[in-house]
Amino acid sequence: MMNNQGRPSSAGGTEPHKLQTISGDRGLDHEEGLIFELGRPGMTGVDIPEVQLSETRLAGVRRRSPIGLPGLSEPEVIRHYVRLSRMNYAIDAGIYPLGSCTMKHNPRLNEKMARLPGFGDVHPLQPQQTVQGALELISQLMRWLTTLTGMPAVAMSPKAGAHGELCGLLTIRAALEARGEKRPRVLVPSSAHGTNPATAAFAGFTVDEVPAKDDGHVDADALEAKLGPDVAAIMLTNPNTCGLFERRIREIADAVHKVGAYFYCDGANFNAIAGRVRPGDLGVDAMHINLHKTFSTPHGGGGPGAGPVVLSAALAPFAPLPLLVHDAKGFRFVEDRAAAPEGAKPFGRLCAFHGQMGMFVRALAYMLSHGADGVRQASEDAVLSANYILASLSDVMSAPFGGPCMHEALFDDSFLEGTGVTTLDFAKAMIDEGFHPMTMYFPLVVHGAMLIEPTESESKESLDQFIHVLREMAKEAKAGKRERFEGAPHLAPRRRLDETAAARKPILRWKSKDLPQAAE
Amino acid sequence: MSETRFTDQHEWVRIDGDEATVGITKYAAEQLGDVVFVELPEKGRKVGTGGEAAVVESVKAASEVYAPVAGEITGSNDALAADPAKVNADPEGEGWFFKLKIADKGELGKLMSEAQYAEFVKGL
Amino acid sequence: MRYHPLTPDDRAAMLGKIGARDIDALFRDVPKEAVVGRSAFDLPDHQGELEVERALSRIAAKNVSAGSVPFFCGAGAYRHHVPAAVDHLIQRSEFLTSYTPYQPEIAQGTLQYLFEFQTQVALLTGMEVANASLYDGSTGTAEAVQMAQRLTRRPKAILSGRLHPHYAETVETVASLSGHVVRLPTLPELVEDLAAQIDNETACVVVQNPDVLGLVRDLRPIAEAAHAKGALLIAVVTEAVSLGLLESPGAMGADIVAAEGQSIGNGLNFGGPYVGLFATREKFLRQMPGRLCGETTDADGKRGFVLTLSTREQHIRREKATSNICTNSGLCCLAFTIHLSLLGEEGFTRLARANHARAVALADKLARVHGVSVVTPAFFNEFTLKLPKPAAEVVDALAAKGILGGVPASRLLPHQSDVRNLLVVAATETVTDEDCDAYVKALAEIVR
Repeated sequence: MMNNQGRPSSAGGTEPHKLQTISGDRGLDHEEGLIFELGRPGMTGVDIPEVQLSETRLAGVRRRSPIGLPGLSEPEVIRHYVRLSRMNYAIDAGIYPLGSCTMKHNPRLNEKMARLPGFGDVHPLQPQQTVQGALELISQLMRWLTTLTGMPAVAMSPKAGAHGELCGLLTIRAALEARGEKRPRVLVPSSAHGTNPATAAFAGFTVDEVPAKDDGHVDADALEAKLGPDVAAIMLTNPNTCGLFERRIREIADAVHKVGAYFYCDGANFNAIAGRVRPGDLGVDAMHINLHKTFSTPHGGGGPGAGPVVLSAALAPFAPLPLLVHDAKGFRFVEDRAAAPEGAKPFGRLCAFHGQMGMFVRALAYMLSHGADGVRQASEDAVLSANYILASLSDVMSAPFGGPCMHEALFDDSFLEGTGVTTLDFAKAMIDEGFHPMTMYFPLVVHGAMLIEPTESESKESLDQFIHVLREMAKEAKAGKRERFEGAPHLAPRRRLDETAAARKPILRWKSKDLPQAAE
Repeated sequence: MSETRFTDQHEWVRIDGDEATVGITKYAAEQLGDVVFVELPEKGRKVGTGGEAAVVESVKAASEVYAPVAGEITGSNDALAADPAKVNADPEGEGWFFKLKIADKGELGKLMSEAQYAEFVKGL
Repeated sequence: MRYHPLTPDDRAAMLGKIGARDIDALFRDVPKEAVVGRSAFDLPDHQGELEVERALSRIAAKNVSAGSVPFFCGAGAYRHHVPAAVDHLIQRSEFLTSYTPYQPEIAQGTLQYLFEFQTQVALLTGMEVANASLYDGSTGTAEAVQMAQRLTRRPKAILSGRLHPHYAETVETVASLSGHVVRLPTLPELVEDLAAQIDNETACVVVQNPDVLGLVRDLRPIAEAAHAKGALLIAVVTEAVSLGLLESPGAMGADIVAAEGQSIGNGLNFGGPYVGLFATREKFLRQMPGRLCGETTDADGKRGFVLTLSTREQHIRREKATSNICTNSGLCCLAFTIHLSLLGEEGFTRLARANHARAVALADKLARVHGVSVVTPAFFNEFTLKLPKPAAEVVDALAAKGILGGVPASRLLPHQSDVRNLLVVAATETVTDEDCDAYVKALAEIVR
């Protein structure tokens, strides 16, 4: 009997871009509405038994009107968020060369460790004798951070880098007050990340800007000329935001200390030097470490982060509450100023509870996995990869400062002059090529900045592919071939979005015509 | 007869007797990009020469607008609240920011004429 | 090493292309004296997953996890059941390993869930607009106070004595830079005491509801007292699930709401990471700190979402920013949004009712223990017991019997002698009848 189950098996068919689908979706790419547009009243994805509130002790403030939340079953919720996820680029999917962000690989072991019930299911205010493991973990992480940085102390509670900057400046303020001094000025380079001057202003200081020199380094002479008895601190990033190690850093630190001021270091770029250089040896008084950058805790689409701050001997006494103490009785947090150990004068509390424990577990897992040798190797590979990119692209793109660079390579837009293609167009065209764009328009000290940080997580094949594509793009732009740049991206889930309209007429929430509105 | 003068911070001042109308120049508006919001001073506020009087925002930038001469604010352009795009469409006309009563007319001499401002912009 | 893809051959080839002799040549800007070798670090070498797991598991085992015993701790962090789907979804690569959505064309996943989150927070709090989250409830409260100081141009913030002490201390640290803070004592506190403090220098009054001892109150009288003097009411909520049963702070007259979202979608995690919910009136929008996600259209006319009103933020405004914050709680927001989407109106309000019913049943049982009284007449899922001896001792004794019986008020207020015998007890839907019976039995023995 002839088997009649055969079917065509060779390629061919309609051209994809000519095909208009009926659904509006295209293959694996689905459009997805808002959860509020998908729900139905009475539906739920969680089965909770109903209770009768036979008695109510609610002071007469029981809610009287519906909240207005949509109801969906579990399959609908999962499908909704899976579809949303597929509209996101991620480091797991491709190179993420964002300068100053250190988008390195997020090890999955770290996720598993953070979810151990002994870490994830522990309350911050349980009796301290029932959380000795948590306190021991924090203590171990503190030891790694202080050893790697060569500093005697670390404040663990800041919830992010900017929060760490605030912590650093508040310890500086407290140290000055303890000396009976009030110094209003903080010096910040013009190349600094916006959080630096914002934090200084927030902490009650006036910001005095220090210019950069033409070689991308901070103008150390200008900085030293601005020093005086009214300067509380300088805030420097090292390596700096142009990707360069500040050669005169020791000299600057000495000059700062000579006038009785303090040296705050923004540790965002620690990935370039971890395991090779200790900020403590450079004269740093306080430095925040971005655990979500250098120590691989995931960026999670914008957070959460963690920004512990290492402190010099001069600033250590002023570290905020809580203070971790280890003695014959075991580990405990001191949460009350009056109970602080001898010599400790904490400036107060920065936030509730103890800090970002979930990120501590992940960071320690990273450190134990890497070891000091692996941390050093990571820095070397990060610096090597950035220099490889710099050397491979300098002839077709324009690098304002000669090499070598540290862990990030800075280009400006002079190679695009006269082409009609801007840094923005160039970056958006990278999206069509399957890359996340590099950091654009930062630092502010060069025109049309493009800051590329590959990290140590890219294979040479990945770097070569990236280099090859950028070379070709640069050549095309210079040859006047603007097609791929104009109006890019063309192939992403969305084309360029109207940010002007979003700012002029902000729509910041969904509003229903039928369901109850928010109370006035 | 009204006269218009310019500052090196890219503001224009139109003088009508004791009153001055202030806005930002076409060049400034172009540099900013699409204006999305303008923060204007309240009536009665006194501003010094070069003092911060208003803030103009685009999507990616915010700029202070300074008082070209000292005086007391007599009014501001409420139409910009609903339609900040006027600043881009007609920066030197309908996109005006605020009016003030001039404290010292002698200060006007320090400002640039239209021709001087045009030269100044060319050199940027 | 398993996380480093470059091989020795790769490195040699790359050095060749660069034209550097060795890796040290690339670090030539570093002063020689500052370069240290491997031996400078008294730290171990790299280890495999097996060894790391073993080491960390051993440490984790030294903790008593909340799920392993009868558990009644609250005071700002609450143990709720999070459906398995939540943790599964937040671990998707595209959510876990993506960055802040600065390139919106390839971040619509993140942006759309932030828009959903902002809507959910506005609905729960009864306010007009919410941001894309701050670090947590305590720093959010501090930001709210500073926002009120900017809006009213007044320096004074009055903090209810029933505000979580950690929150009050956080506010003191920060708000004293921009004004001054008056902190009322915890006991007693009547609305009239609070109202009496409000004057023409007052920017805001900060009230927590339910408060740190669990008490539920109507905020309308204090809202009126504040508004009468031109001050703002900041309402703080540390147990987000309470918003499923209680009137919203917005409906009761709050001008700014700073809340802790941990209860929804996020585990206890020994205190962090958590998620700060922040909502306010539309007219105060430009003074609101934090990220904001807004709706717009793309070049093809399709609806899309972008971060917006960024000119309030540090990367543009630098020293004139509304805050120095540069992050939100991204993944914690996502967990919150997914959990709330799974619950929906029906599930969330049921969950809230279940919490209240459980707490009421436990309170009634505990009140029958000789020498113990419940001093909270109205509460959501947390109430305070007055014991015949110091609560800290009782909690330690309960722990020795394998019960985590709550948070002694003295842990939060070590210098207020009038709270020494007070124990704050929480009972969520995760507490069983057996847990309650064990607690009652143990407590009776301890206070005998």
